Amino acid sequence: MSPAAPAGGGRLAGAILDFARLLRRAGLPVGPADLLAALAAVPLVDIGSRTQFRMALRATLIHRHDHQALFDQAFCLFWRTPQAGGNQPPGPAPAGALSGPPQPGAAQDSRAAANAAMTASDRERLHSMDFAAMGAADIAAAKREIKRLVLPLGCRRTRRRRPDPSGPHPDLRATLRVSLRRGGEILDIAATRRLSRPPPLVVLCDISGSMAGYTRILLHFLHAVATDRARVHTFLFGTLLANVTRALRHRDPDLAFQLVSQAVPDWSGGTRIGAALGMFNRRWARRVLAQGAVVLLVTDGLDRDGAAGLAEAMERLHKSCARLVWLNPLLRWNGFAPKSQGIRAMLPHVDEFRPVHNLSSLRALVESLSRPPAPGGMQRWRMLP
Amino acid sequence: MLPASVADTACLLEAGGYVADLELATTVHLALAMRRPLLLEGEPGTGKTELAKVLAGGLNRRLVRLQCHDGLDLSAAAYEWDHARQLMAIRIAEATGAADGKALAGDLYSRAFLLRRPLLSAIDPDLPPAVLLIDELDRADEPFEAFLLEILADFQLTIPEYGTVHAATPPVVVITSNRTREVHDAIRRRCLYHWVDYPDAQRERQILARKAPGVAALLSAQIVAFVQLLRGEDLFKPPGIAETIDWATALSQLDRREIDAAAVDATLGVLLKYQDDIARMKGAAAARLVGDARAAAG
Repeated sequence: MSPAAPAGGGRLAGAILDFARLLRRAGLPVGPADLLAALAAVPLVDIGSRTQFRMALRATLIHRHDHQALFDQAFCLFWRTPQAGGNQPPGPAPAGALSGPPQPGAAQDSRAAANAAMTASDRERLHSMDFAAMGAADIAAAKREIKRLVLPLGCRRTRRRRPDPSGPHPDLRATLRVSLRRGGEILDIAATRRLSRPPPLVVLCDISGSMAGYTRILLHFLHAVATDRARVHTFLFGTLLANVTRALRHRDPDLAFQLVSQAVPDWSGGTRIGAALGMFNRRWARRVLAQGAVVLLVTDGLDRDGAAGLAEAMERLHKSCARLVWLNPLLRWNGFAPKSQGIRAMLPHVDEFRPVHNLSSLRALVESLSRPPAPGGMQRWRMLP
Repeated sequence: MLPASVADTACLLEAGGYVADLELATTVHLALAMRRPLLLEGEPGTGKTELAKVLAGGLNRRLVRLQCHDGLDLSAAAYEWDHARQLMAIRIAEATGAADGKALAGDLYSRAFLLRRPLLSAIDPDLPPAVLLIDELDRADEPFEAFLLEILADFQLTIPEYGTVHAATPPVVVITSNRTREVHDAIRRRCLYHWVDYPDAQRERQILARKAPGVAALLSAQIVAFVQLLRGEDLFKPPGIAETIDWATALSQLDRREIDAAAVDATLGVLLKYQDDIARMKGAAAARLVGDARAAAG
C-alpha cells in the first residue's frame, strides 16, 4: 500500500477522522496536517498490533508530553476492544464520551491537573470565581499602566547581534557584500552590537483566602504582563499549584480569566506555600527557569502549614533562578516587622523584598514594582529582630 | 537501506545495543519511513542521544551532531563564509587587474569559500547520507529554532548569496530536548513526537546486561529494583539509565555481590546529583529501599 493511499480504505480513515474530532473536543490542538500525517503513518505499521497502531496515531497527532495522558485515555475509550490480528478497527465509542462525567483517571492524574488549561475539566467549578467584565476602556487603561512598568530586572545581554553602524563588532559578511557593489573596494565597515533583552519572567502568585482582596487586581496585572512581554510563565497557588500560562495568553481578559478559573482548583482556600513551591521546584523549575529567569513571588507569607518545608523550598528556588523578587501586598503600614513564621523562613532566600502598602489599583502595583530597589537592599529586612 | 517494518527497526536498534520498547521502535520506524524528523523529549539520561548514535551505526550513515547552546547562530550551526580568503581573493583580483565586479561577486560566493557547519554538512549532496542529531535543542535560545524550520520541513537550506542547497538523500533527523524550556510549536508540528520515559524493570535489566556485561545477575536485578524504587521517591532529580549503568559499574568495581545499606550510602553520589536528594535518602531511607529491593529481586 502506498503511503498516500487512505489508510485501510475509507472505513478506517473515517474512524481516524472521528477520533481526531474527539481529541479536538477534548481540547487537544489537532490540525489537518497532523491528521494527514496520521493517515500516512497508519499503513506503515502493523495495525494488527494495538501498540503500533496507537503509536502511529500518537506520534503524529500530539506534540507535547502534557497531552499524552489525555490521548491515551481517549484512545482507550474510542478504540474500545483490542482485536488481535484483525484489520477491522473496533467501532467508535459514543461521541462526546470525554465531555461526559469526568473520568476517574483524569482526576487522579496530577500531572494532567497541573496543566489543566488544555484538558477537559469538571465544569462545575466554572464561574466559581467572579470577575467583573472589563470594558474596552479599562483594557486600554491597563495597557497604558503596563507600558509604564519597569520591572527591577534590567536586561540581559544575549549572544545574538543586530546590525548597528556604531557597534563595536565588525560584520565581515555584510562588509563584503556591500563592497562587491563597488567592485571589491571596502569603504565602510559594517558593524553589529550585541542584543539585550529582558530575561524570562516566572510569576508565582498566591491566591489563598488571605490574598483574596488582591486577587482581582493581581490577575489583571498578570494578564497585562503576559500579553505584553514574551517569555512569561504564570503559576497560581493556594494549596495546589496551577500553571495558567496558556490561559493568560488570551488577548481577551474575560476569556482568559474564565480559563484561569477553570484551571485553578482552590480559589481562596488555605495556603501551603512550602508544598506549592516544592511542587514547582520538582515539576517546573527545570523547565521554565533556564536562561537567567527572574522569579516574581507574590504572596503574603502567611502559611497554613506553619512554614513546614518552606525554608528548604525557598532555598532551592533561590538557587535555581537568577533573581528572586518577593512582592508582599499584606503590608498596609510602614511599621511592618516580619513576625510570622512563614515570612521569617522566606526572607533569607530572596534577593529583593517589596512590600506594597496600598494595592488598590494596577497603577499602585506598577509604581511599587517600578521603584528602584530600597537602599541597603535586603540587609534592612534581615537585620530586624 | 531503511528498515522495512517495525520489527526490522527493532532489530536494527537491538543490533546496535539499544534496547527499545515497541512504542519507541514504532515511532522510529515511522520517522524513517515517513522521512519526518523525530523529536525526542524526556528526562536527562534516558538514552535520547544514544538512539541517534545507534541509528547512524545501524543505517551505516555518518553522524552529524549539532550540540545546541545559548547564542548558537547560523555561522556556528549551518554555514559560514570564509571572509579571510574572500578578502585575499579581492586583493589578488586587484593586483592582477583581471576581474570586473560581477565576475568577482560570482567567484567570491562560490562553494570554495563556503565553510560547512553541521546543518549544511548534513544536507550537502556531495557528502554521503547522514543522521543529523540536534542535541538538547532546549539549550539554544528561541531565535535559533527559526533557523531550523526550513531544514526540518524540506531538508534544504537557503543561503542568500549562494542559492538553495538540497539534500540528495534526506538526512534522518533526531532532535532531543530535556525540557529546560518548551520547544516552539512550529518545530513540534514538523516532527514526530515521542516522550522517552524511564524504562520498566525488565527493560532496564536488559539494558544493564548490554551496557555493563560484567555485573552478576543477582546484583544487576537488585540494582534495577533499587533504582526503580528510588524513582518513586520524592526527589528533585530521579536517576536516569545512565546513572544506573554508572552505579552498576561502581558497585562491581567495589567487588559487591549484593547491595547493602553501607555500600549504597557510600556510592549514593553516583545515582543522585543533588545534595538535598542525597541528604534525604542517606541512612534510614536508603536502608529501607535496600530491604525492599532485595526482597523484590528475590
